[in-house]
Amino acid sequence: MSCWQTVQDYALRSLGIGERLLPRSDFTLCDQIVLIGSGMIWNVYFGVLALLAGFCLATLLALGKAASNPLARKSAEWFVFLFRGSPLFIQFFFGYFLFLSLKQQVPLFEPFAAASVGALVVLFLNTSAYSGEIFHGALMSVPKSDTEAAAAYGLTGWRRFRRITWPTMLRLAWPAYINEAIFLFHATTLVFLSGFPAAQQRGDGLYYAQYFADKTFNPFVPYPILAGYFILLTLCIIGLMGLVNRRLNRHLPQAAERRPRMFPQMLR
Amino acid sequence: MFDFCSDPATLDGIAWLACYLTTGKHMAFYGAFGTVLLLLAITAPTALAFGFGGAMAARSRVSPLRWLGKTYIAIVRGIPDIVFFLFFVIALDQGIEYLRHQVLCPDWDQPVRQGSDFVVCAAAKMPLGNAPQWVHESYGFALAVLTFAIVFGAFAANVLYGAMRAVPRAQVETAEAYGMSPRQTFRRITVPQMWIYALPGLGNLWMILIKATPLLFLLGVEDVVYWARDLGSAKTPRFTDYPHPDWRMWYFLALLVFYLLFTRLSELVLTRVTRRLSRGQATAGGEAMRRADLPAGPVA
Amino acid sequence: MKLILTFAALAATTTMAFAETHSVVRMGTEGAYPPYNFLDDSGEVAGFEREVGDEACARAGLTCEWVTTDWDSIIPNLTSGNYDTIIAGMSITDEREEVIDFTQNYFPPAASAYAAMAEDADIENGVVAAQANTIQAGHVAESGAALLEFATYDETVAALRSGEADAVFADKDALAPTVEASGGELMFVGDDVPLGDGIGIGLRESDTELREQFDVAIASMKEDGTLNELIVKWFGEDADTFE
Repeated sequence: MSCWQTVQDYALRSLGIGERLLPRSDFTLCDQIVLIGSGMIWNVYFGVLALLAGFCLATLLALGKAASNPLARKSAEWFVFLFRGSPLFIQFFFGYFLFLSLKQQVPLFEPFAAASVGALVVLFLNTSAYSGEIFHGALMSVPKSDTEAAAAYGLTGWRRFRRITWPTMLRLAWPAYINEAIFLFHATTLVFLSGFPAAQQRGDGLYYAQYFADKTFNPFVPYPILAGYFILLTLCIIGLMGLVNRRLNRHLPQAAERRPRMFPQMLR
Repeated sequence: MFDFCSDPATLDGIAWLACYLTTGKHMAFYGAFGTVLLLLAITAPTALAFGFGGAMAARSRVSPLRWLGKTYIAIVRGIPDIVFFLFFVIALDQGIEYLRHQVLCPDWDQPVRQGSDFVVCAAAKMPLGNAPQWVHESYGFALAVLTFAIVFGAFAANVLYGAMRAVPRAQVETAEAYGMSPRQTFRRITVPQMWIYALPGLGNLWMILIKATPLLFLLGVEDVVYWARDLGSAKTPRFTDYPHPDWRMWYFLALLVFYLLFTRLSELVLTRVTRRLSRGQATAGGEAMRRADLPAGPVA
Repeated sequence: MKLILTFAALAATTTMAFAETHSVVRMGTEGAYPPYNFLDDSGEVAGFEREVGDEACARAGLTCEWVTTDWDSIIPNLTSGNYDTIIAGMSITDEREEVIDFTQNYFPPAASAYAAMAEDADIENGVVAAQANTIQAGHVAESGAALLEFATYDETVAALRSGEADAVFADKDALAPTVEASGGELMFVGDDVPLGDGIGIGLRESDTELREQFDVAIASMKEDGTLNELIVKWFGEDADTFE
């Protein structure tokens, strides 16, 4: 079977499109690269959606932690403590468990027991907590002079937050946030490893790497392939987030030269 | 454990629970918490050493060494730790044996790879085939520590690299003005002064390390997750004196509480250490402390 | 799961070296597949295979030590020499024969079966749970049913109970005690499916001498009926025994 044929059969196998049966013998390097790459679709899916949704909740959490209202502050603090203080592995276990029992009570929760939704929710909550902490730190370091200058121009309330405080907070938080994004994508490998079952042999990159490692009894080919994919993915994240960083810093002197360091200070 | 535990089928309530929670398996479960703590205690300094080496290499003036340091940091950080754990331990293990094999059995005439088998001479086995079980387990534990240290060493290297660069230039220049050689400057000024800048990053790393320990089971160590899964799964009366339904939730809840308490405790300790290190430093934290210590008086 | 990390002497080429290095034979098992192998209340390996293994070791004059390992990495750890045998309810299949060797079977070709919560569970087109990387998982993948894979046997049963799966497909002897203990909640459905060539002890291909020894020991256990006694003891009167 030619490699092109393999691509046609298996490139979208992780979504259930293409050949139903996984390769069962004579595993070629092409098989492994294509199928593991197919699984990476899920890693990207989980990472991108959790990151986008998490970004919004993280902003709310940062504001919550900084709020004077004790109810908002306490609940944000507890949320962050719970998700930052416990291993993701255990969060996945409880997530799956919770969604299963909810499903039996409320039919609405039916899709949550599947990895595609349930694991996404867990990852979303997890990354919100971490990013919320980063954003909160940045919010606390927004220079007083910035807000004072905004007040002098007559900007108040929502408009001041939208135009001054929030962009500055993002600018300060961004290097650490890039790191959080990298960690989040790495964490997506845990989805099928623990907690959520793989239905119809549709899994992520790690799932297929494990499949090949078990079938060929040789871990030294599939895992390095997976590692290679992740290095590429990490470089993409750094590149894309770096573009955003440039935009956030564009008003500053020498903005063009201020590229983020390859691996900025880590804050997870 | 207790005398009344001889026939668990007749017990109920507290007595049953007391017997159940003191079975040999549960003892192994409790012991596994010790394993996790021990691993953390050994891994943290080892990873710091790797990190220090990596950071030194990355800022070395010798180009190959610098590339090596930077590649180590970039590659290990670019790969999810789970993926690393899944094949690295076997690779490490075979690598060690292969080296021993080359040294100890120069006369060996067979290939090391025979089909899918990895065959080295008996003297090169680590540990030796006849070693008692505890030696095998300790060796496994040591490999796990080494793997963790290599992974987290890369993160630590990144933090230390940044911290070394963050030491105020003026302090280094002052040292040079006093006639210290680069080596002396590094040892007497850069290293002692960098810790305050490294601490937030290292503190975070410690927290990440704690939360990575549930993955120990991937490295072949019988850790808390391994036992929690085994103990929690539903048990039929044929194979145990203590049958019960699926109780994994309770065991994982215990793990959750353990990790929450442990990370909370670490956070408190780290805050104190940061305060302690900030004293007299030319940082915002140090400045705040200096002001607080000034005698109250007329403000200038 | 002392797995990966532990080593045992490998392939000795001469008989003398053999005696030296194989004075302790490390037996790798999973410890999570009753009644074949499981951990008893004190955390020791127990079950049918523990008794078969100990008896075979005694007959071959070997000192054996039991180690547990993760099912997923059980073969790579054997081939890289972390233990010397796999005795973990592993069916003899062509796929596995390519990488490791098996002794003659110590358990006759066993039936696999579906267990479900209701008589009318859809095992042909429904969701069927199986332990990942078992011959059962392979069988379900090839049938029309939707395969749901879990890392351990326990989790497959948990998925059935929670309604996540319509049925569990597993070795019938592993399912039987679970079904029995459920008090009518679980039941066998559909026909039994014979899979594999029975269960044997897995060894490295380079370890021919050790395989001979176990082969002889198992043959003698078959001959004098010890093996059948053990089968009946662990799997009940109705279990298939050797002629």
